[in-house]
Amino acid sequence: MTSIVQEAKETVSNSEEKEPLTMENVEKQLAELKSRIEVLDKKSTDPKVSMIVFSGDLDKVLASFVIATGSVAMGMEVVMFFTFWGTPVLRDKNKSVGGKDTMGKMFGKMLPKGTGAVKLSQMNMGGMGTAMMKSLMKKKNVASLEQMLEMAEELDVKIYVCEMSMDLMGFKREEMIDYNGLEFCGVAKFLEEANNSRIQLFI
Amino acid sequence: MSEEFTVEKVMDLKGLPCPMPVVKVSKGIKEVEVGQVIEAHSTDPGSLTDFPAWARTSGNEILKTEEDGDVIKFFIKRTA
Repeated sequence: MTSIVQEAKETVSNSEEKEPLTMENVEKQLAELKSRIEVLDKKSTDPKVSMIVFSGDLDKVLASFVIATGSVAMGMEVVMFFTFWGTPVLRDKNKSVGGKDTMGKMFGKMLPKGTGAVKLSQMNMGGMGTAMMKSLMKKKNVASLEQMLEMAEELDVKIYVCEMSMDLMGFKREEMIDYNGLEFCGVAKFLEEANNSRIQLFI
Repeated sequence: MSEEFTVEKVMDLKGLPCPMPVVKVSKGIKEVEVGQVIEAHSTDPGSLTDFPAWARTSGNEILKTEEDGDVIKFFIKRTA
């Protein structure tokens, strides 16, 4: 960013070099400045939030969706990348696929299947803590993870799933949730989006 | 503020915690024309800081804020 500002400053100072203040010169400088601003405009970022959801914990995934839906409310575009422990959160509990190897089956069994099965990162206490938190959330009207996901879809929050994590854990595309615009990608897609975003978060 | 305005629409956001008040109000304001005013009622104390932040970022204008017991009333003009 500094280099862009410096470049712009140099351009301005160069164009101010001892030229007589005639209409023609002013117009020339103005034209230069305009083209310079166009370049800067292209380099500036969009009002966009890019998030990596690395965690598969209820609390952290919930926080991710609160930020995502809030960002849309603020007029920003949102892209979420689910990777590693975040990946199983997007599995559909009603879908099951065959043809997995032993490791794939094992991961499939041990990792949470969908939003309903994720646990708190702290105070889980064998599931008791998570159950208590969920009932508290209901009592206090806090949206559940399922509702958050539904709302995110309605608000056009874009979701990408890391292909490598899917492969590693033996998940298949057919067992993921039906979410409008859900896509699978690698690190380059995230970096492209992050590069064009004003806010990048790793959760 | 003595500015006169007509409220086009009232939104009941009572009992909703973060992020629902701003999510709903951002949707609701799009249902009125630019220049029109909506009135939003929230009971989330965080709204007092959140609504002005939302308005500044989304380019809308809060004309007036009233507190009536636990209910916070925002009068928001759609300017974007």
